[in-house]
Amino acid sequence: MNPNDRRYSKEHEWVLVDDAAAGKATAGITHYAQDQLGDVVFVELPKLGAAVKFMGKMGEIESVKSVSDLFSPVSGEVIEINERLLDHPEIANQDPFGEGWLIRVAMSDASEIDNLMTAEEYEAFTSGLS
Amino acid sequence: MFSPCAETGLELSSNPRFRQPSHPPPPFQAFPKGAVLAQDLLKTSLYTTHLAMGARTVPFGGWDMPVQYSGVLAEINAVRTAVGIFDVSHMGRLYITGPKATEFLDWVLTGSAHSLAVGRARYCFICNETGGVIDDTIFYRLEQDRYLLIPNAGNRNTVVTWFQRWLAEKFPSGCEIGDRTMDTALIAVQGPQAAKLVDRLGRLSDGSPTSSLRPFSWGEGLLKGKKFFVGRTGYTGEDGFELVVPASNAVSVWEALVDGGALPCGLGARDVLRLEAGFPLHGHEIDEETSPIEAGLQRFVRFDKEYVGAQVLRQQREEGVQRTLVGLTISGRSAPREGYAILGEGRVQVEEVGRVTSGSYSPTLDTSIAMGYVLERYATPGQTLAIDIRGRVIQGEVVPLPFYTRAK
Repeated sequence: MNPNDRRYSKEHEWVLVDDAAAGKATAGITHYAQDQLGDVVFVELPKLGAAVKFMGKMGEIESVKSVSDLFSPVSGEVIEINERLLDHPEIANQDPFGEGWLIRVAMSDASEIDNLMTAEEYEAFTSGLS
Repeated sequence: MFSPCAETGLELSSNPRFRQPSHPPPPFQAFPKGAVLAQDLLKTSLYTTHLAMGARTVPFGGWDMPVQYSGVLAEINAVRTAVGIFDVSHMGRLYITGPKATEFLDWVLTGSAHSLAVGRARYCFICNETGGVIDDTIFYRLEQDRYLLIPNAGNRNTVVTWFQRWLAEKFPSGCEIGDRTMDTALIAVQGPQAAKLVDRLGRLSDGSPTSSLRPFSWGEGLLKGKKFFVGRTGYTGEDGFELVVPASNAVSVWEALVDGGALPCGLGARDVLRLEAGFPLHGHEIDEETSPIEAGLQRFVRFDKEYVGAQVLRQQREEGVQRTLVGLTISGRSAPREGYAILGEGRVQVEEVGRVTSGSYSPTLDTSIAMGYVLERYATPGQTLAIDIRGRVIQGEVVPLPFYTRAK
Protein backbone atom coordinates (compact mmCIF):
# COMPACT_ATOMS: atom_id res chain seq x y z
CA MET A 1 0.00 0.00 0.00
CA ASN A 2 2.90 2.40 0.68
CA PRO A 3 4.72 2.95 -2.64
CA ASN A 4 8.32 1.71 -2.79
CA ASP A 5 9.57 4.69 -4.78
CA ARG A 6 9.73 7.05 -1.80
CA ARG A 7 10.80 7.45 1.82
CA TYR A 8 8.70 7.97 4.95
CA SER A 9 8.99 9.99 8.16
CA LYS A 10 7.86 9.02 11.65
CA GLU A 11 5.46 11.97 11.39
CA HIS A 12 3.73 10.20 8.48
CA GLU A 13 4.92 12.33 5.60
CA TRP A 14 6.43 10.88 2.43
CA VAL A 15 9.04 12.34 0.10
CA LEU A 16 9.67 11.32 -3.49
CA VAL A 17 12.79 12.47 -5.30
CA ASP A 18 11.31 13.02 -8.76
CA ASP A 19 14.27 14.87 -10.30
CA ALA A 20 17.46 13.61 -8.69
CA ALA A 21 19.72 15.54 -11.09
CA ALA A 22 18.10 18.85 -10.17
CA GLY A 23 17.67 17.86 -6.50
CA LYS A 24 13.90 18.25 -6.57
CA ALA A 25 11.43 16.26 -4.47
CA THR A 26 7.71 16.11 -3.77
CA ALA A 27 6.26 15.65 -0.27
CA GLY A 28 2.87 14.60 1.05
CA ILE A 29 1.09 12.75 3.85
CA THR A 30 0.65 8.99 3.97
CA HIS A 31 -2.46 6.89 3.65
CA TYR A 32 -2.11 6.05 7.33
CA ALA A 33 -2.09 9.76 8.19
CA GLN A 34 -5.22 10.58 6.21
CA ASP A 35 -6.98 7.56 7.68
CA GLN A 36 -6.15 8.63 11.23
CA LEU A 37 -7.26 12.21 10.54
CA GLY A 38 -10.56 11.41 8.87
CA ASP A 39 -12.19 13.83 6.42
CA VAL A 40 -9.67 16.61 5.76
CA VAL A 41 -11.31 20.04 5.51
CA PHE A 42 -8.41 22.50 5.66
CA VAL A 43 -4.75 22.48 4.68
CA GLU A 44 -2.27 25.27 5.36
CA LEU A 45 0.95 25.07 3.31
CA PRO A 46 4.13 27.18 3.33
CA LYS A 47 4.43 29.99 0.79
CA LEU A 48 6.27 29.63 -2.50
CA GLY A 49 9.93 30.38 -1.94
CA ALA A 50 9.75 29.65 1.79
CA ALA A 51 12.57 27.72 3.38
CA VAL A 52 11.58 24.45 4.99
CA LYS A 53 13.72 22.44 7.39
CA PHE A 54 14.11 18.70 7.75
CA MET A 55 11.31 17.68 10.14
CA GLY A 56 10.49 21.31 10.82
CA LYS A 57 6.86 22.47 10.99
CA MET A 58 5.70 23.59 7.55
CA GLY A 59 1.94 23.84 7.89
CA GLU A 60 -1.23 22.40 9.37
CA ILE A 61 -3.87 19.94 8.35
CA GLU A 62 -7.35 19.85 9.86
CA SER A 63 -10.07 17.28 9.74
CA VAL A 64 -13.57 17.83 11.08
CA LYS A 65 -12.57 16.65 14.54
CA SER A 66 -8.86 17.29 14.82
CA VAL A 67 -5.86 19.32 13.75
CA SER A 68 -2.24 18.27 13.20
CA ASP A 69 1.02 19.92 12.27
CA LEU A 70 2.67 19.12 8.95
CA PHE A 71 6.43 18.52 8.99
CA SER A 72 8.73 18.78 6.01
CA PRO A 73 10.57 15.53 5.30
CA VAL A 74 13.43 17.46 3.62
CA SER A 75 15.21 20.81 3.89
CA GLY A 76 15.19 23.29 1.03
CA GLU A 77 13.15 25.88 -0.79
CA VAL A 78 9.48 25.45 -1.64
CA ILE A 79 9.23 25.65 -5.44
CA GLU A 80 5.65 24.53 -5.88
CA ILE A 81 2.60 24.06 -3.67
CA ASN A 82 -0.48 22.01 -4.43
CA GLU A 83 -2.94 24.88 -5.02
CA ARG A 84 -5.71 22.48 -5.92
CA LEU A 85 -5.46 20.84 -2.51
CA LEU A 86 -6.16 24.17 -0.78
CA ASP A 87 -9.57 24.37 -2.47
CA HIS A 88 -10.21 20.62 -2.46
CA PRO A 89 -8.69 19.26 0.75
CA GLU A 90 -10.64 16.01 0.31
CA ILE A 91 -8.01 15.01 -2.28
CA ALA A 92 -5.67 14.38 0.67
CA ASN A 93 -8.03 11.58 1.70
CA GLN A 94 -8.75 10.29 -1.77
CA ASP A 95 -5.22 10.15 -3.17
CA PRO A 96 -2.58 10.92 -0.51
CA PHE A 97 0.30 9.43 -2.51
CA GLY A 98 -0.67 11.10 -5.80
CA GLU A 99 -2.98 14.06 -6.43
CA GLY A 100 -2.96 14.86 -2.72
CA TRP A 101 0.72 15.87 -2.62
CA LEU A 102 1.56 18.96 -0.55
CA ILE A 103 4.71 20.72 -1.78
CA ARG A 104 7.70 20.42 -4.13
CA VAL A 105 11.07 21.31 -2.71
CA ALA A 106 14.46 22.18 -4.19
CA MET A 107 16.47 20.19 -1.69
CA SER A 108 19.45 21.73 0.04
CA ASP A 109 20.69 18.38 1.37
CA ALA A 110 19.44 15.31 -0.47
CA SER A 111 21.33 13.02 1.93
CA GLU A 112 18.72 13.78 4.64
CA ILE A 113 16.46 11.31 2.91
CA ASP A 114 18.71 8.48 4.05
CA ASN A 115 17.46 9.16 7.58
CA LEU A 116 13.91 8.34 6.54
CA MET A 117 12.20 4.96 6.44
CA THR A 118 11.72 2.73 3.42
CA ALA A 119 8.18 1.62 2.60
CA GLU A 120 8.86 -1.68 4.33
CA GLU A 121 10.23 -0.01 7.44
CA TYR A 122 7.30 2.42 7.50
CA GLU A 123 4.86 -0.46 7.17
CA ALA A 124 6.44 -2.11 10.22
CA PHE A 125 6.43 1.24 12.05
CA THR A 126 2.71 1.88 11.50
CA SER A 127 1.68 -1.68 12.27
CA GLY A 128 3.23 -1.15 15.72
CA LEU A 129 1.00 1.89 16.32
CA SER A 130 -2.52 1.71 17.62
CA MET B 1 -21.54 14.44 28.93
CA PHE B 2 -18.04 14.58 27.43
CA SER B 3 -16.19 13.95 30.65
CA PRO B 4 -13.81 12.34 31.32
CA CYS B 5 -12.51 13.00 27.83
CA ALA B 6 -13.66 16.58 27.60
CA GLU B 7 -11.70 18.11 24.77
CA THR B 8 -10.22 15.08 23.08
CA GLY B 9 -13.21 12.77 23.14
CA LEU B 10 -14.18 12.82 19.49
CA GLU B 11 -10.94 12.66 17.61
CA LEU B 12 -10.69 9.60 15.44
CA SER B 13 -7.15 8.69 16.18
CA SER B 14 -5.73 7.35 19.41
CA ASN B 15 -2.30 8.30 18.07
CA PRO B 16 -1.16 11.55 19.76
CA ARG B 17 0.31 12.65 16.41
CA PHE B 18 -3.20 13.20 15.11
CA ARG B 19 -4.79 14.73 18.16
CA GLN B 20 -5.14 18.38 19.17
CA PRO B 21 -1.85 20.24 19.60
CA SER B 22 -1.20 21.56 23.07
CA HIS B 23 -1.48 25.23 22.05
CA PRO B 24 -3.41 26.75 23.68
CA PRO B 25 -3.47 24.71 26.88
CA PRO B 26 -6.65 22.67 27.11
CA PRO B 27 -9.32 24.29 29.27
CA PHE B 28 -10.30 21.09 31.02
CA GLN B 29 -8.23 18.19 32.19
CA ALA B 30 -8.74 15.34 29.74
CA PHE B 31 -8.44 12.63 32.32
CA PRO B 32 -9.03 14.23 35.70
CA LYS B 33 -8.01 11.37 37.97
CA GLY B 34 -6.60 8.25 36.43
CA ALA B 35 -7.31 7.59 32.80
CA VAL B 36 -10.18 5.26 31.98
CA LEU B 37 -8.87 1.85 31.02
CA ALA B 38 -10.27 0.34 27.87
CA GLN B 39 -11.58 -2.73 29.69
CA ASP B 40 -13.50 -0.54 32.13
CA LEU B 41 -15.51 1.12 29.37
CA LEU B 42 -19.14 0.14 29.03
CA LYS B 43 -20.39 -1.25 25.74
CA THR B 44 -23.86 -0.95 24.25
CA SER B 45 -25.82 -3.95 22.99
CA LEU B 46 -24.87 -2.86 19.44
CA TYR B 47 -21.12 -2.79 20.09
CA THR B 48 -20.13 -5.89 18.12
CA THR B 49 -22.44 -4.82 15.29
CA HIS B 50 -20.65 -1.47 15.11
CA LEU B 51 -17.25 -3.12 14.91
CA ALA B 52 -18.47 -5.57 12.28
CA MET B 53 -19.75 -2.62 10.23
CA GLY B 54 -16.37 -0.92 10.32
CA ALA B 55 -17.02 1.71 12.98
CA ARG B 56 -14.10 3.33 14.77
CA THR B 57 -14.75 3.76 18.48
CA VAL B 58 -13.53 6.16 21.17
CA PRO B 59 -14.08 6.42 24.93
CA PHE B 60 -16.98 8.75 25.58
CA GLY B 61 -18.73 9.37 28.89
CA GLY B 62 -17.45 6.06 30.23
CA TRP B 63 -18.52 4.08 27.14
CA ASP B 64 -16.67 2.77 24.12
CA MET B 65 -18.73 4.43 21.37
CA PRO B 66 -18.60 4.67 17.55
CA VAL B 67 -17.10 8.01 16.52
CA GLN B 68 -17.39 7.36 12.79
CA TYR B 69 -18.42 4.72 10.27
CA SER B 70 -17.99 5.79 6.65
CA GLY B 71 -16.76 9.33 7.33
CA VAL B 72 -17.96 12.32 9.30
CA LEU B 73 -18.82 14.44 6.25
CA ALA B 74 -20.84 11.69 4.55
CA GLU B 75 -22.67 10.98 7.80
CA ILE B 76 -23.55 14.64 8.38
CA ASN B 77 -24.77 14.88 4.81
CA ALA B 78 -26.96 11.79 5.23
CA VAL B 79 -28.71 13.29 8.26
CA ARG B 80 -29.22 16.66 6.57
CA THR B 81 -30.46 15.27 3.25
CA ALA B 82 -31.70 11.68 3.83
CA VAL B 83 -31.62 9.63 7.03
CA GLY B 84 -28.93 8.58 9.49
CA ILE B 85 -29.03 6.41 12.61
CA PHE B 86 -27.09 6.73 15.84
CA ASP B 87 -26.63 4.29 18.68
CA VAL B 88 -27.20 6.59 21.63
CA SER B 89 -27.66 3.77 24.13
CA HIS B 90 -24.89 5.30 26.23
CA MET B 91 -27.40 7.94 27.33
CA GLY B 92 -29.49 6.94 30.32
CA ARG B 93 -33.02 5.59 30.54
CA LEU B 94 -34.42 6.51 33.95
CA TYR B 95 -38.04 5.65 34.74
CA ILE B 96 -39.56 7.76 37.51
CA THR B 97 -42.72 6.26 38.91
CA GLY B 98 -44.96 7.01 41.87
CA PRO B 99 -47.67 9.26 43.28
CA LYS B 100 -45.19 12.10 43.83
CA ALA B 101 -43.33 11.69 40.51
CA THR B 102 -44.74 14.91 39.06
CA GLU B 103 -44.13 16.93 42.21
CA PHE B 104 -40.60 15.53 42.43
CA LEU B 105 -39.70 16.33 38.80
CA ASP B 106 -41.13 19.82 39.21
CA TRP B 107 -38.62 20.24 42.06
CA VAL B 108 -35.50 18.99 40.23
CA LEU B 109 -36.18 20.24 36.68
CA THR B 110 -36.21 23.77 35.25
CA GLY B 111 -39.13 22.76 33.02
CA SER B 112 -42.62 21.96 34.19
CA ALA B 113 -43.73 18.36 34.68
CA HIS B 114 -47.26 19.16 35.89
CA SER B 115 -48.15 21.04 32.70
CA LEU B 116 -46.73 18.33 30.45
CA ALA B 117 -49.56 16.22 29.01
CA VAL B 118 -49.29 12.44 29.03
CA GLY B 119 -47.95 11.56 25.59
CA ARG B 120 -45.66 14.57 25.36
CA ALA B 121 -41.95 15.24 25.92
CA ARG B 122 -39.92 18.27 27.00
CA TYR B 123 -36.30 19.47 26.97
CA CYS B 124 -34.95 21.23 30.08
CA PHE B 125 -32.21 21.29 32.73
CA ILE B 126 -31.37 19.74 36.06
CA CYS B 127 -29.78 22.59 38.02
CA ASN B 128 -27.91 22.77 41.31
CA GLU B 129 -28.63 25.32 44.05
CA THR B 130 -26.44 27.94 42.35
CA GLY B 131 -28.23 27.58 39.02
CA GLY B 132 -25.40 25.58 37.43
CA VAL B 133 -26.39 22.78 35.07
CA ILE B 134 -25.94 19.24 36.42
CA ASP B 135 -27.32 17.92 33.14
CA ASP B 136 -29.69 18.68 30.30
CA THR B 137 -32.39 16.17 29.52
CA ILE B 138 -35.43 15.23 27.52
CA PHE B 139 -38.21 13.72 29.62
CA TYR B 140 -41.39 12.01 28.46
CA ARG B 141 -44.64 11.79 30.42
CA LEU B 142 -45.64 8.14 30.04
CA GLU B 143 -48.60 8.08 32.42
CA GLN B 144 -50.06 10.40 35.04
CA ASP B 145 -47.45 9.21 37.57
CA ARG B 146 -44.76 7.76 35.32
CA TYR B 147 -41.97 9.43 33.33
CA LEU B 148 -38.97 8.45 31.21
CA LEU B 149 -36.00 10.77 31.62
CA ILE B 150 -32.84 10.68 29.44
CA PRO B 151 -29.66 11.98 31.07
CA ASN B 152 -26.31 12.19 29.30
CA ALA B 153 -24.05 9.15 29.46
CA GLY B 154 -21.34 10.61 31.65
CA ASN B 155 -23.87 12.24 34.00
CA ARG B 156 -26.19 9.29 34.61
CA ASN B 157 -24.75 8.32 37.98
CA THR B 158 -24.51 11.96 39.11
CA VAL B 159 -28.14 12.53 38.17
CA VAL B 160 -29.34 9.38 39.94
CA THR B 161 -27.41 10.34 43.11
CA TRP B 162 -28.79 13.88 42.92
CA PHE B 163 -32.34 12.60 42.48
CA GLN B 164 -31.96 10.10 45.35
CA ARG B 165 -30.79 12.89 47.63
CA TRP B 166 -33.86 15.04 46.93
CA LEU B 167 -36.19 12.06 47.11
CA ALA B 168 -34.89 11.23 50.58
CA GLU B 169 -34.95 14.86 51.69
CA LYS B 170 -38.27 16.07 50.31
CA PHE B 171 -40.28 13.20 48.87
CA PRO B 172 -39.61 10.08 50.98
CA SER B 173 -41.23 7.06 49.30
CA GLY B 174 -43.00 9.46 46.91
CA CYS B 175 -41.64 7.80 43.80
CA GLU B 176 -38.99 5.40 42.53
CA ILE B 177 -36.18 5.71 40.03
CA GLY B 178 -35.68 2.69 37.81
CA ASP B 179 -32.50 2.72 35.76
CA ARG B 180 -33.07 0.66 32.61
CA THR B 181 -30.01 1.88 30.74
CA MET B 182 -28.27 -1.48 30.61
CA ASP B 183 -31.16 -3.66 29.47
CA THR B 184 -32.53 -1.37 26.76
CA ALA B 185 -31.08 0.30 23.67
CA LEU B 186 -31.70 3.85 22.42
CA ILE B 187 -31.46 4.41 18.68
CA ALA B 188 -31.87 7.84 17.06
CA VAL B 189 -33.27 7.91 13.51
CA GLN B 190 -32.69 11.40 12.14
CA GLY B 191 -33.16 13.21 8.87
CA PRO B 192 -35.79 14.35 6.37
CA GLN B 193 -36.46 10.74 5.35
CA ALA B 194 -36.67 9.43 8.93
CA ALA B 195 -40.49 9.49 8.96
CA LYS B 196 -40.77 7.45 5.77
CA LEU B 197 -38.31 4.91 7.12
CA VAL B 198 -39.98 4.35 10.51
CA ASP B 199 -43.37 4.10 8.80
CA ARG B 200 -42.09 1.30 6.61
CA LEU B 201 -40.80 -0.66 9.61
CA GLY B 202 -43.60 -0.37 12.12
CA ARG B 203 -46.84 1.10 13.39
CA LEU B 204 -48.15 2.53 16.61
CA SER B 205 -50.35 0.30 18.80
CA ASP B 206 -53.55 2.00 17.60
CA GLY B 207 -52.61 1.19 14.00
CA SER B 208 -51.67 4.73 13.04
CA PRO B 209 -48.36 5.37 11.30
CA THR B 210 -45.39 6.23 13.51
CA SER B 211 -45.04 9.52 11.63
CA SER B 212 -48.45 10.60 12.92
CA LEU B 213 -46.64 11.51 16.15
CA ARG B 214 -46.16 15.23 16.54
CA PRO B 215 -42.73 16.63 17.46
CA PHE B 216 -42.01 16.13 21.16
CA SER B 217 -44.60 13.44 21.58
CA TRP B 218 -44.18 9.69 21.94
CA GLY B 219 -45.97 6.46 21.22
CA GLU B 220 -45.65 2.71 21.50
CA GLY B 221 -46.03 0.15 18.83
CA LEU B 222 -44.60 -2.82 16.99
CA LEU B 223 -41.44 -2.61 14.95
CA LYS B 224 -40.49 -5.74 13.02
CA GLY B 225 -43.05 -7.48 15.21
CA LYS B 226 -41.40 -6.37 18.47
CA LYS B 227 -42.66 -3.81 20.99
CA PHE B 228 -40.92 -0.46 20.90
CA PHE B 229 -41.17 3.01 22.41
CA VAL B 230 -40.72 5.92 20.06
CA GLY B 231 -40.39 9.66 20.69
CA ARG B 232 -40.41 12.21 17.91
CA THR B 233 -37.30 13.78 19.36
CA GLY B 234 -33.60 14.07 18.63
CA TYR B 235 -30.59 16.32 18.89
CA THR B 236 -29.47 16.96 15.33
CA GLY B 237 -31.70 19.82 14.19
CA GLU B 238 -33.56 17.51 11.80
CA ASP B 239 -36.90 15.77 12.01
CA GLY B 240 -36.44 12.41 13.63
CA PHE B 241 -37.30 9.73 16.13
CA GLU B 242 -35.66 8.09 19.10
CA LEU B 243 -36.47 4.44 19.68
CA VAL B 244 -36.20 2.54 22.96
CA VAL B 245 -36.11 -1.23 22.44
CA PRO B 246 -35.08 -4.13 24.69
CA ALA B 247 -31.32 -4.68 24.40
CA SER B 248 -32.01 -8.15 22.98
CA ASN B 249 -33.84 -6.59 19.99
CA ALA B 250 -31.34 -3.84 19.31
CA VAL B 251 -29.34 -5.61 16.61
CA SER B 252 -32.39 -6.66 14.58
CA VAL B 253 -33.86 -3.13 14.75
CA TRP B 254 -30.51 -1.59 13.79
CA GLU B 255 -30.13 -3.95 10.85
CA ALA B 256 -33.69 -3.29 9.69
CA LEU B 257 -32.98 0.46 9.72
CA VAL B 258 -29.77 -0.03 7.73
CA ASP B 259 -31.57 -2.30 5.26
CA GLY B 260 -34.21 0.43 4.98
CA GLY B 261 -31.59 2.88 3.74
CA ALA B 262 -30.33 4.62 6.89
CA LEU B 263 -26.63 5.46 7.10
CA PRO B 264 -25.01 4.49 10.43
CA CYS B 265 -23.49 7.60 12.00
CA GLY B 266 -21.08 8.16 14.85
CA LEU B 267 -20.62 10.71 17.58
CA GLY B 268 -18.28 12.80 15.40
CA ALA B 269 -21.12 13.63 13.02
CA ARG B 270 -23.57 14.01 15.89
CA ASP B 271 -21.37 16.64 17.54
CA VAL B 272 -21.20 18.77 14.38
CA LEU B 273 -24.94 18.36 13.74
CA ARG B 274 -25.88 19.55 17.22
CA LEU B 275 -23.43 22.46 16.93
CA GLU B 276 -24.93 23.54 13.59
CA ALA B 277 -28.35 23.40 15.25
CA GLY B 278 -27.06 25.59 18.10
CA PHE B 279 -27.69 22.92 20.75
CA PRO B 280 -25.49 22.98 23.86
CA LEU B 281 -23.44 20.00 24.95
CA HIS B 282 -22.97 19.37 28.64
CA GLY B 283 -19.33 19.78 29.65
CA HIS B 284 -18.88 22.39 26.94
CA GLU B 285 -21.57 25.10 26.67
CA ILE B 286 -23.18 24.12 29.95
CA ASP B 287 -21.79 22.70 33.17
CA GLU B 288 -22.20 22.92 36.91
CA GLU B 289 -20.64 26.40 36.95
CA THR B 290 -22.75 27.76 34.08
CA SER B 291 -26.44 28.59 34.22
CA PRO B 292 -29.04 28.24 31.46
CA ILE B 293 -29.44 32.03 31.60
CA GLU B 294 -25.78 32.59 30.72
CA ALA B 295 -26.20 29.99 27.98
CA GLY B 296 -29.13 31.96 26.54
CA LEU B 297 -31.47 29.01 27.14
CA GLN B 298 -34.09 30.70 29.33
CA ARG B 299 -36.84 29.42 27.04
CA PHE B 300 -36.32 26.05 28.76
CA VAL B 301 -36.52 27.57 32.24
CA ARG B 302 -39.75 28.24 34.17
CA PHE B 303 -39.86 31.26 36.42
CA ASP B 304 -43.33 30.59 37.85
CA LYS B 305 -42.53 27.60 40.05
CA GLU B 306 -40.16 26.77 42.90
CA TYR B 307 -37.35 24.29 42.27
CA VAL B 308 -33.66 23.77 42.93
CA GLY B 309 -31.75 26.76 41.55
CA ALA B 310 -34.88 28.81 40.75
CA GLN B 311 -33.90 31.76 42.96
CA VAL B 312 -30.52 32.23 41.30
CA LEU B 313 -31.97 31.85 37.83
CA ARG B 314 -34.68 34.41 38.56
CA GLN B 315 -32.10 36.81 39.92
CA GLN B 316 -29.87 36.36 36.86
CA ARG B 317 -32.80 37.02 34.59
CA GLU B 318 -33.59 40.26 36.42
CA GLU B 319 -30.06 41.54 36.98
CA GLY B 320 -28.45 40.25 33.82
CA VAL B 321 -25.27 38.21 33.46
CA GLN B 322 -21.62 39.16 32.89
CA ARG B 323 -20.97 36.76 30.04
CA THR B 324 -23.26 35.12 27.58
CA LEU B 325 -23.14 32.34 25.01
CA VAL B 326 -22.93 33.48 21.39
CA GLY B 327 -22.66 31.90 17.98
CA LEU B 328 -19.79 32.96 15.74
CA THR B 329 -19.19 32.38 12.07
CA ILE B 330 -15.54 32.52 11.05
CA SER B 331 -14.30 33.01 7.53
CA GLY B 332 -12.61 30.01 5.99
CA ARG B 333 -12.51 26.36 6.93
CA SER B 334 -9.96 26.38 9.72
CA ALA B 335 -11.96 25.56 12.83
CA PRO B 336 -11.83 27.28 16.19
CA ARG B 337 -11.49 24.57 18.83
CA GLU B 338 -12.59 24.45 22.42
CA GLY B 339 -10.60 26.78 24.67
CA TYR B 340 -9.35 29.14 21.95
CA ALA B 341 -9.39 32.84 22.86
CA ILE B 342 -12.05 35.16 21.39
CA LEU B 343 -10.62 38.64 20.80
CA GLY B 344 -12.41 41.97 20.69
CA GLU B 345 -11.57 45.68 20.51
CA GLY B 346 -11.16 46.78 24.09
CA ARG B 347 -11.02 50.41 25.21
CA VAL B 348 -7.27 50.54 24.70
CA GLN B 349 -6.30 47.52 22.64
CA VAL B 350 -7.45 44.19 21.29
CA GLU B 351 -8.03 41.89 24.24
CA GLU B 352 -9.46 38.53 25.12
CA VAL B 353 -13.22 38.89 25.59
CA GLY B 354 -14.17 35.23 25.78
CA ARG B 355 -13.41 31.60 25.02
CA VAL B 356 -14.65 29.05 22.50
CA THR B 357 -16.69 26.18 23.97
CA SER B 358 -17.27 24.22 20.73
CA GLY B 359 -16.16 24.83 17.18
CA SER B 360 -15.99 23.05 13.88
CA TYR B 361 -15.96 23.40 10.17
CA SER B 362 -19.63 23.20 9.22
CA PRO B 363 -20.08 21.21 6.01
CA THR B 364 -23.76 22.19 5.83
CA LEU B 365 -22.93 25.93 5.80
CA ASP B 366 -19.44 25.55 4.28
CA THR B 367 -17.85 27.86 6.81
CA SER B 368 -16.35 27.50 10.25
CA ILE B 369 -18.64 28.02 13.22
CA ALA B 370 -18.22 28.22 16.97
CA MET B 371 -20.08 28.78 20.18
CA GLY B 372 -18.41 30.49 23.08
CA TYR B 373 -18.86 32.77 26.05
CA VAL B 374 -18.09 36.46 25.64
CA LEU B 375 -18.55 39.52 27.84
CA GLU B 376 -22.10 40.77 27.54
CA ARG B 377 -21.18 43.95 25.63
CA TYR B 378 -19.67 41.90 22.77
CA ALA B 379 -22.65 39.59 22.39
CA THR B 380 -24.83 41.54 19.95
CA PRO B 381 -25.33 39.90 16.54
CA GLY B 382 -23.26 41.72 13.95
CA GLN B 383 -20.42 42.34 16.42
CA THR B 384 -17.04 41.72 14.81
CA LEU B 385 -14.73 39.53 16.87
CA ALA B 386 -11.64 37.50 16.10
CA ILE B 387 -10.44 34.09 17.19
CA ASP B 388 -6.87 33.15 17.89
CA ILE B 389 -6.47 29.88 15.99
CA ARG B 390 -3.09 28.64 17.17
CA GLY B 391 -1.50 32.03 16.59
CA ARG B 392 -3.45 32.96 13.47
CA VAL B 393 -6.02 35.65 14.20
CA ILE B 394 -9.11 35.00 12.09
CA GLN B 395 -12.05 37.41 11.77
CA GLY B 396 -15.47 36.31 12.86
CA GLU B 397 -18.91 37.74 13.50
CA VAL B 398 -21.51 37.16 16.18
CA VAL B 399 -24.62 35.63 14.63
CA PRO B 400 -27.97 34.62 16.12
CA LEU B 401 -28.27 30.92 17.02
CA PRO B 402 -28.99 28.46 15.57
CA PHE B 403 -26.54 28.47 12.68
CA TYR B 404 -28.75 26.05 10.80
CA THR B 405 -32.54 25.68 10.69
CA ARG B 406 -34.12 22.95 8.63
CA ALA B 407 -36.63 23.86 5.96
CA LYS B 408 -40.11 22.98 7.24
